[in-house]
Amino acid sequence: MILYALIFAIACFCAALLFNLYRVVKAPGVTDRVLALDTMAVNAIALIVLFGIYEGTAMFFEASLLYAMTGFVATVAFAKFILRGDIIE
Amino acid sequence: MELVWDILISALLVIGGIFGFVGSLGLVKLPDPMTRLHAPTKAASLGVGSVLIASMLWFGVKQGEVTLHELMITVFIFLTAPITAHFIAKANIFRDWPAEKLPRPSGDGEWAVHQADADTSRGELSVERDLAEQAEDDRA
Repeated sequence: MILYALIFAIACFCAALLFNLYRVVKAPGVTDRVLALDTMAVNAIALIVLFGIYEGTAMFFEASLLYAMTGFVATVAFAKFILRGDIIE
Repeated sequence: MELVWDILISALLVIGGIFGFVGSLGLVKLPDPMTRLHAPTKAASLGVGSVLIASMLWFGVKQGEVTLHELMITVFIFLTAPITAHFIAKANIFRDWPAEKLPRPSGDGEWAVHQADADTSRGELSVERDLAEQAEDDRA
C-alpha cells in the first residue's frame, strides 16, 4: 500500500516540477520566474525525500537539507537584486 | 498495528502529493502575480511538510531508527517560505505598483520599496539603536 502511495506522490511532484519548468520558461514577469525557481527547489526537496523512502536509505537527508538552504539563499539573492540592483550593500 | 501505520503513512504521502501538485498548478493557472504568490508558498510547503512527516514515520516504523533530520528540514522550510514570499511580494510591488496606486503608509514616510535611498538596515528590529539615539538627543 505504501508503495502505491509513494509512486502516486512521486508522479504528483514530477508533474509539479514540469509545471514549474513551464513557468520558468514562459512567464509574464521576472518575479514569476523567481517564484517558480523557488517552488522548484521546494519540490526537488520533496522528490529527494521520496526517493530516499523508495530506496530505503537515510543517505539523502543531507542532500535535501543542503537543497533547502541553497534554494532559500538563491531566492533571497534574486529578490534582493530585483529590489535594490545589488545584493550586498 | 502495522496496518494502522501503513494507512497513516500512505495517507500522508497522498495528501503531500496532492498539495504539492495543486501548489504548482496554481502557479500556472492563477490570473495575476500577487495571487500566483499564494499557491506555491502555502500549498507546496504544506505538501512538502506532509511528505517529510511521512518519511519520518516510515523510518521510525519500518527501519526502527527514529531520525529527526526531516523535522529539521520541515522547520527550515516553514521558517523560510514566508520570508521568500515577503521578498518576492516586495519585488512585485517595486516592479508593478507605482506609488500613486498604493495606499498611504502610516506616519510621514514613503513606501520603503519606492525610496531609492532607503536604509534597509533600519527595520523594526533596530529599536535599541533608536532608543540610544533618543537618549543622545535628550542629552544634547
